Amino acid sequence: MGEQILLEAHAVAKHFGGVKALHDVSLTIRRGEIYGLIGPNGAGKTTFFNCLTGLYKNESGHFTFAGARLAADAPHKAAEAGIARTFQNIRLFGNMTAIENVMVGRHMRTHANVIGAITRNRATMAEEGAITRRAEELLHYVGISERAHDYAKNLSYGDQRRLEIARALATEPKLLALDEPAAGMNGTETEALRVLVEGICRDGVTVLLIEHDVKLVMGLCGRVAVLDYGEKICEDVPAVVQKDPRVIEAYLGGSVA
Amino acid sequence: MNGSRKKSLPWQRHWLGVLLVGAVLLAVPFVAALGGQAWVRIANFAILYVFLALGLNIVVGYAGLLDLGYVAFYAVGAYVYALLASPHFGVHLPFWVILPLGAAIACLFGMLLGAPTLKLRGDYLAIVTLGFGEIIRIFLNNLNAPINVTNGAQGITLIDPIEIGDFSFAATSTILGVEISGPQKYYFLLVALAILVIIVNVRLQDSRIGRAWQAIREDEVAAKACGINTRNIKLLAFAMGASFGGVAGGVFSAMQGFVSPESFSLMESITILAMVVLGGMGHIPGVILGAVLLTALPEVLRYGIEPLQDAVFGRMIIDPESLRMLIFGLALVLVMRFRPAGLWPSPQRRRELAESSD
Repeated sequence: MGEQILLEAHAVAKHFGGVKALHDVSLTIRRGEIYGLIGPNGAGKTTFFNCLTGLYKNESGHFTFAGARLAADAPHKAAEAGIARTFQNIRLFGNMTAIENVMVGRHMRTHANVIGAITRNRATMAEEGAITRRAEELLHYVGISERAHDYAKNLSYGDQRRLEIARALATEPKLLALDEPAAGMNGTETEALRVLVEGICRDGVTVLLIEHDVKLVMGLCGRVAVLDYGEKICEDVPAVVQKDPRVIEAYLGGSVA
Repeated sequence: MNGSRKKSLPWQRHWLGVLLVGAVLLAVPFVAALGGQAWVRIANFAILYVFLALGLNIVVGYAGLLDLGYVAFYAVGAYVYALLASPHFGVHLPFWVILPLGAAIACLFGMLLGAPTLKLRGDYLAIVTLGFGEIIRIFLNNLNAPINVTNGAQGITLIDPIEIGDFSFAATSTILGVEISGPQKYYFLLVALAILVIIVNVRLQDSRIGRAWQAIREDEVAAKACGINTRNIKLLAFAMGASFGGVAGGVFSAMQGFVSPESFSLMESITILAMVVLGGMGHIPGVILGAVLLTALPEVLRYGIEPLQDAVFGRMIIDPESLRMLIFGLALVLVMRFRPAGLWPSPQRRRELAESSD
C-alpha cells in the first residue's frame, strides 16, 4: 500500500496577508492515476500547485513525494525530485525554438559543465547528441515534430500547450502537474489533449490535473478533489464528486443566490 | 559528430573570410606602426577591450545580468599582476603563474559579489554591482595605510613586462628578419587571447549552460520549474565574466608597466557595457564591433579634432577632450534611438526587441 502513494500533502496552508489561499489542504495521489483538482475561480488550485512546485513557500504543512519530504521554496529541487509542471498562462521560452525549449528541459538530467562546453570533448558531444535526440522524440510524442525549429512564440496556442508538456516531460517526471491545459482550447483540441494525457499516464507518469472543463476532468480522472475557498471540500471518484451537495453548492450556490 | 547536421566546420565553409580576417589582423600592427607606435598601442587597447567586452557579454548578453561594476574584476586582475611582478613587494613571479592566479582571484571576487546579490534582478542588481565597483576602486586608493598594500593613488610602477625566458614583450626584437616592437608583440598576444575568448563565447552559447542562461533571460520562473538551479547558473556566468576581466587586467598591467586606481573608474565600467550594448548584446561579432569602434573612435577624434579645428578656425576653440565626450555621448544616443538592438545585433535579440516595442 505504502509504495502505491506518490504524493501526500499534509495540511498545507498558505496565506497572502489576511487571505487564506489554502487552508490545511491534505490529499493523497497514488502512482499511475490521473488525479483531478477542481474548484471555482480563486479556490486555491494554482496556489496549491505553486506550493507543490516550490514557487511559493507554504506557511505550514508539507509535502511527501515518493517517500521523501519535499523542500519548500526550491523549484529546482521539486523538479529534481520528479515533479514537472505546466503553467496556466503558458510560460515558454518564446525566443527559443521548440526543440530548444525541450532541450532546456533536459538540463537537470544532464551534466555537461563549462569545461566540457568549451573543449567540446567526446562526453559532452555525446550528451548533446542524446539531448537533441530525446528532444526530437518528445516533440514527436506530443505531435509537433514539424514545428521543431519554429520559435516557441510563433506556435499556435494548442501547439504551445503541447510544447510545454513536452518540455515538462523532458525532465523525466514521476508526476506531471498540468495547470488548466485545456483553457482556451476548442473541442477538437481538447479531445486531442485528452488522448495525449491518457497516453502519458499509460506510459507511467502520474498526472495531476487542474481543470475548469468539468467534462474533461470527469472523463479523464480516476479521482477528483474539489477546493473551495482554500479548503478541500470533497475527494472521491468523479461519479460521487458530481453528486456531492457541497460541490454543487460551491459551483452553483453562490452564483444562483 | 552528427553527420547530417554539421557538414563541415565553420572555417572550412568560410575559409576565404577567415583568411581575409587573418591577413588583416596580421597587417594591423605593421600598418599602424607607420603612424607611430602610439597607434599600435591604440590597436592593442582595442583588442584588450574586445576581450573585456566579450567577458562582460557572458554576464550581460547571455545571462542577462546587468553588471555596472565589471571594471572591479579588471582592477583585481591588474593589481594581482602589479603586486606580484614589481619592485613594490620585491616579488617577481612569471606571468604564467600570475595571469591564471589573477583570473582565479577575480573569479573569487565575482562569486563573493554574486552569491549574496544574484537574487536581485534588473535595476537592483545594477546598483549593487555599481557600488561594488566603486568599493574596489576606493579600497585600492586607500590601502596604503596602515600597511602599504596598493601604494594608494600613486599606483604601482615598474611592473614587469610579460617575459618568456629571455624573450621580453617590452623590447624590440627581430623575428625571421622582421623587426617587431614591444607593443606589436603585445598585439599578437592580445589577438591570441581574444580568439580564445571568442571560442569560449561561441561554444558556451551553444551548450547546455548557454541554453540555461538563455532560458533564465527569457523566463526565470519557467527556467526554475525546468529544474535549473538559477542561482548557481547565474553565479557561473558572473564568475566566468569576472575571470576574463581578471586576465585582461593582468595583461593591462604588464603592457602599461603601471597601474593606479584611476584606471578603474565607473566610467570604465560604463564604457565596456556600452561596447556590449552598442555592438549588440549577446552577439559576438556585434560586441567585437562595439569594442573596436568605441576604442578607436575617441582616439581618432583625439588626433583628428585638433588639426581639424586648426584648419577650419585657425586655432583651438573647443578642448578636444570635452568634444570627444560630446560626440561619444551623441553617438550612443543615436545608436540607441535608431538601432536599439545594437549596431550588429543577433537575430534573436532583434526579435526580442521587436516584440517589446509592439
